[in-house]
Amino acid sequence: MSTVKGEMIKGNEAIAEAAIRAGARFYAGYPITPSSEIMEYMSWRLKEVGGAFVQAESEIAGINMIIGSAACGVRSITASSGPGISLKQEGMTTLSDEELPAVVVNVVRYGNGIGTLLSAQCDYHRETRGGGNGDYRCIVLCPSSVQEAADLTVEAFDLAEKYRMVSVLMTEGALGQMMEPCVLPEMQAPKRFEWGFDGKYTNKKIGIFDRDSMKEAVALNEKYNKVKETEQRWEAHHIEDADYVFVAYGMPGRATIGAVAQLRAQGHKVGYIRPITAWPFPERAFEQVNPDVKGYISIEANATGQLVDDIALTVMRQGKKKGSDSASGNKSTGSPAPVYCNPHVYGVPSTKAIMEDYAKVLSGELKEVY
Amino acid sequence: MSKVLTKPQRCKQCGLCVAVCPKKAISFSTEINTAGYLFTVIDDEACIACGICYTTCPDGVYEIPGTN
Amino acid sequence: MAANTNTSTNTSTNTSTSASTKVNIKPRKVPALIDRPMSFCPGCGHGIIIRLIAECLEELGQDENVIFGIGVGCSSLLGGGLETDRLHCSHGRAGAVCTAMKRVNPDNMVISYQGDGDAYSIGIGETTSAAYRNERFTTFVVNNTNYGMTGGQMSNTTMPGQKTTTSPDGRDCTTTGMPLRFPELVASQFDAAAYVARGSVSTPANINKTKTYIKKALEAQLSGEGYSVVEILSSCPTNWGMTAPDAMKHLDQVVTPHFPLGEFKTRTKEQREVK
Repeated sequence: MSTVKGEMIKGNEAIAEAAIRAGARFYAGYPITPSSEIMEYMSWRLKEVGGAFVQAESEIAGINMIIGSAACGVRSITASSGPGISLKQEGMTTLSDEELPAVVVNVVRYGNGIGTLLSAQCDYHRETRGGGNGDYRCIVLCPSSVQEAADLTVEAFDLAEKYRMVSVLMTEGALGQMMEPCVLPEMQAPKRFEWGFDGKYTNKKIGIFDRDSMKEAVALNEKYNKVKETEQRWEAHHIEDADYVFVAYGMPGRATIGAVAQLRAQGHKVGYIRPITAWPFPERAFEQVNPDVKGYISIEANATGQLVDDIALTVMRQGKKKGSDSASGNKSTGSPAPVYCNPHVYGVPSTKAIMEDYAKVLSGELKEVY
Repeated sequence: MSKVLTKPQRCKQCGLCVAVCPKKAISFSTEINTAGYLFTVIDDEACIACGICYTTCPDGVYEIPGTN
Repeated sequence: MAANTNTSTNTSTNTSTSASTKVNIKPRKVPALIDRPMSFCPGCGHGIIIRLIAECLEELGQDENVIFGIGVGCSSLLGGGLETDRLHCSHGRAGAVCTAMKRVNPDNMVISYQGDGDAYSIGIGETTSAAYRNERFTTFVVNNTNYGMTGGQMSNTTMPGQKTTTSPDGRDCTTTGMPLRFPELVASQFDAAAYVARGSVSTPANINKTKTYIKKALEAQLSGEGYSVVEILSSCPTNWGMTAPDAMKHLDQVVTPHFPLGEFKTRTKEQREVK
């Protein structure tokens, strides 16, 4: 029944090897559970392909090394989790300001502060809004399988360079640690992007006092609008006739797909949208949803509900677009469909737990968030 | 040709060259440059083109053409 | 050229007694790399220091083969006038940025240019770690004993009793630490470091000596020997509240006793051969 091909490989290692095959030739980082295997893999693999590896003295030093190598035109990647990514925020906004591409892997673990070692999805807001100062955004990619993690790693580099932005591969502890069959991408020859430093000052730079923030703001908006227009990615099924649409990404997304299949088999008209890009948020997916949909249910692994906010924003915006007495709105009140969320805190909710959420929505026990 | 060429527009009137010139050949003009500083002038007769003004100046005011 | 006529009238300093002896005057011209107005305060040592670095790069034939990692603070002003590949690094992080740049571009000269605040306070981790790992780039630290750009706060190199905006009664070293001597730390603890020195720009003689330190540091990078660092004591007339000439005297009389000048680590020819 399974059509999944390839050799068994651990999620973290698949990401690392996929990066090498995408032409990455610089890694700098610091170990942190559950991401350390990526760095450990790079420590021997980069040498084999003539790349450079530095075990940085800290997360902050690590991201600044990425800035240095990206500035020289080399495909660069780092990986971390929890408080490690928090430490990198200045680096992320700096990369964005310098318009340098890079890939940052967040193997998300649950909790505030030092956090725990539990798999989770509690960094959604931070990755999609950016935790550093200023108006920047990063492209955020969310795999739900080891195969997808490998594929999205390659896309992460391509997208980062296409738009000169940071791509965040936002995966989860469980995915980083588990093994699945995976067909790794083809080996690409590495190349330097032409705006990299060569020592000869081939690419002139505007002096710091000659920068025009007004002009740059216009260009920034144009860039991000273009990304929002062109790079939304998602997977959706059964949404055209659904009474309720689940929205979930990553491993909870995968579990949701299973739950929807089971519910459909029981006769419930439910569907799912699985965002593959969290930023840009796949708003276009929602355009295909049944105009008479009764509600959206967010399935996510964090404490307060984060994805639910973007669902609500999208639904409200589309509700307004289509008019008050039609489309994604309740016909009688003309308002956007309610959005529910029972945050599952950490781990990957089982299909049973997801179906229980659905039952609670139907019974009225779970009240809407929006 | 003067022994030392100057760029008065660069001068910030810091006075370092005036203090170190061994022949006391440097003084401030009575005019200001576009930045508002009194710029330095060199008494070419007194000057020995030792280059110490060039060495000391933080702002690239001086150039010693030299001899070949 | 009127030189001959003029030298004959300055008999007190002229060692040449024959009118037919021609005095060779060395041409001195600011390198194109930095020949541009910069926004440093009047009398600030930065302008001298960056010129020395540019001269050495020119003399070593590396002026079109260089990447700078610039710190945050007064050093940032370099970004307004230096015409080379350059990154304005996050505060304190030039040690990490330059580590990576040299690793991926080993054939380029990579230079970090930082103040004492950037390199020794917020950046102490990155600065020390680059030295510890013996990264092959060169670090220049301009030490003016305060955080200049932000208005003169206390720095790790502020001296005991020195008044700054955050030590208004004078620095109390019993609670804030003694002035940090980074070159000494590198020279005594990191055996593999290639070249470590401290210079000053307080007098023309010191400026000339400092230029030789800068050149040796860059030569250490060219030969791939290892990490090189030159700390250079500089004037800060604005935050010290002095004229520029007085600030230079202050460097000699008050600052240098805390920060001895000289070369702390040089590699011998034999050591260079062993690598």
